[in-house]
Amino acid sequence: MLYEAQFRSPDGGAKLLDGIRKLNLPETWIMEVCGTHTMSIAKAGLRQLLPPQIHLISGPGCPVCVTPAGVMDEILRLSENPDVILTTYGDLMRVPGSVQGDNLQRRKAQGADVRMFYSPMDCLELAEQEPNREVVFLGVGFETTAPGTAIAVQEAKARGLKNFSVLCLLKRTESALRALIESEEFHVSGFLCPGHVATIVGAEGFSFLSEEYGIPSVIGGFEAGDILAAVYRLLRQIKGSIPQLENEYTRAVTAEGNTMAQAVMAETFRYRDDVWRGLGTIPESGYGLRAEFAAFDAERKFSFQPEDKEGMTSCKCGDIICGHREPAGCPLFGTACVPENPVGPCMVSSEGACAAAYKYQRL
Amino acid sequence: MCLAIPFQLVQIEGNTAIGEAAGVQRKIRIDFIREPRVGDFVIVHAGFAIEKMNEQQALDNLEAISEAANAV
Amino acid sequence: MRESLEEIITLDYGSGGKKTSSLIEEMLVPAFQNEALSALGDGAILKHQGDLVFSTDSYVISPYFFPGGDIGKLSVCGTVNDLSMCGGTPQYLSLGFILEEGLPVADLRRIVDSIARTAASCSVQVVTGDTKVVERGRGDGIYINTAGIGTLTWPGLTPDRIQEGDLVIVSGTVGDHGTAVMLARSGMMEAAEIQSDCMPLNKLAEAALKCGGVRVLRDPTRGGVATTLNEFVENGSLTIELEEGAVPVAEGVAGACEILGLDPLYCANEGKMLVIAEETAADEILNALHRTPGGENAAVIGHVTKRYPGKVVLRTYLGGTRILAKLTGAQLPRIC
Repeated sequence: MLYEAQFRSPDGGAKLLDGIRKLNLPETWIMEVCGTHTMSIAKAGLRQLLPPQIHLISGPGCPVCVTPAGVMDEILRLSENPDVILTTYGDLMRVPGSVQGDNLQRRKAQGADVRMFYSPMDCLELAEQEPNREVVFLGVGFETTAPGTAIAVQEAKARGLKNFSVLCLLKRTESALRALIESEEFHVSGFLCPGHVATIVGAEGFSFLSEEYGIPSVIGGFEAGDILAAVYRLLRQIKGSIPQLENEYTRAVTAEGNTMAQAVMAETFRYRDDVWRGLGTIPESGYGLRAEFAAFDAERKFSFQPEDKEGMTSCKCGDIICGHREPAGCPLFGTACVPENPVGPCMVSSEGACAAAYKYQRL
Repeated sequence: MCLAIPFQLVQIEGNTAIGEAAGVQRKIRIDFIREPRVGDFVIVHAGFAIEKMNEQQALDNLEAISEAANAV
Repeated sequence: MRESLEEIITLDYGSGGKKTSSLIEEMLVPAFQNEALSALGDGAILKHQGDLVFSTDSYVISPYFFPGGDIGKLSVCGTVNDLSMCGGTPQYLSLGFILEEGLPVADLRRIVDSIARTAASCSVQVVTGDTKVVERGRGDGIYINTAGIGTLTWPGLTPDRIQEGDLVIVSGTVGDHGTAVMLARSGMMEAAEIQSDCMPLNKLAEAALKCGGVRVLRDPTRGGVATTLNEFVENGSLTIELEEGAVPVAEGVAGACEILGLDPLYCANEGKMLVIAEETAADEILNALHRTPGGENAAVIGHVTKRYPGKVVLRTYLGGTRILAKLTGAQLPRIC
């Protein structure tokens, strides 16, 4: 009814690819900053179709990849608490902390109560069913996920739950983009912007890219047709000279975004400084729970104190997710760090930069 | 960080609705949807509807992709 | 005086004494009704001629009742299917139960009936078995092991017979079972239409094999179609190239997988068969499958080349190439 099949398999696909080739661009790097874009691009087999001089790289767009090892270690420590039921999206289950092989899935096998959920609302129900246990929800994500997490917290308060808390690990996409652009090694010519983050923050939420930094960008949807059209429009912009923000994903993204969702976020969260794998500490880059929700803040309840574990291993995920290094440039790639036994998060997700490079290197 | 799928609203009760997609049903929250009606399509992420989407918008988006292709 | 069955399984039912006998005599023997079993010897005495196919599998699925099937049906189909995929005609099964203390007898009865019905539907007999009971907390309700024997009717079905130019056929829609079980186990969604496809494949296998030109058969269970096809070509010089648009996926399964972030090509199937066939035989095989119950949606989904040795690739809707690697572990739902 919403023409998913046509977006998946667009009529103009061949023409768009031809158009990309005809642009005759030199060596050009464009970056996507959304784990779902990473997966969709891989699913569509898009990279192999682009001319070899166009490098479509993955940036710090996966909330799992940007979670520092020290934070993961603290999460694993929390899972040892026998009173705690740790609830999480599936994405976090195999992410290692600073010790290779140590992840939530392993801890679960060792007896920790770790359960996967599709929605934090289901975790509220769990808390009601298990009044003698503490339900902690691992609230990772960016702006797409933040409004829902906020509702879960507000609802917990409304229901007067005493045994539910959220570990608020939510982060701001804009902060990562700014930090990236302002870094020394930045060499990306344009951004493919995450369509569902834009659904929340609005196209306006990304206008700083062209207006403040003069960087071309296109907000893209997630079907193959969306991504191909967005990439074509981005490359066409790069070829021309006037950087803009374009919106390919018009069926979901408006200029101002979802103001109701934005309001709920503002009611529930405040900005705070936050640590990102690969980008270090970025001021005002994370979301923290406001004081009136302190009772639902797992950081307070469980004295959450992550240590700085960056640089403890030779893992170069931080460089890789910023596009400063290729997977093959990491000393551990394909030797100590392989998909079956990953050291860093880029190798965990089946299409993460390193896992994908590992799969395709011999193609 | 964005896996979200269109669901159709089949039942609404305050801030909660039952959404259906390809024969799958789920309880979803619709706190962020203005004037939701049964039959509306919404994009759902982690059990929360983040925006409405209608057929015309989908068609327009599709049209824009075709235009970009034809302009090559 | 016979002990009659109570409402729940207790440790005594595994002790080998009167309670065990009552279980065998009141539930198991009547359900399976054959001479070899009724003799109740330590082993079954069977007649046979020619080469044997022999296979075993254990079943630990939870929940043990799921949409479209149950652990009992699965335990028959799984082993019958392994025998059929080897070119065997399944004949006899052994049946081993490990029951958890506290398992409702009504559930066991339902499972046993399901085993009996499924076995009858593919003309196999349960001729010997065993029952053990473990303490509460050590068992997940019920675990089953079945081992199966059959006659080797079509020898020589092995992956090393696959050649460049061969076609890849799947007997129906993919990912049904894995998706149904994931939904049932996780409680993440309600999906009335998504059922396990659990069924015996002996008739489908026979239909294909009678046409000739079959190189190898395999049922894509754990790890799905992608994993099984990798098993055919890994470490060799051949490639399997699939067409994304050609892979049949039921609408409900496609929808549920999209929502949870799963790939139907990696979800388990318990009633589907992959056939690698000589190109010239493919049409006939396809027709034969279409005419056989369970094979209505059979389709050619790919072909064998030498382009990327040892790999399985998918030509996407866009015309791109995606590698379908073996998974490192089970698929997990994601929101990213």
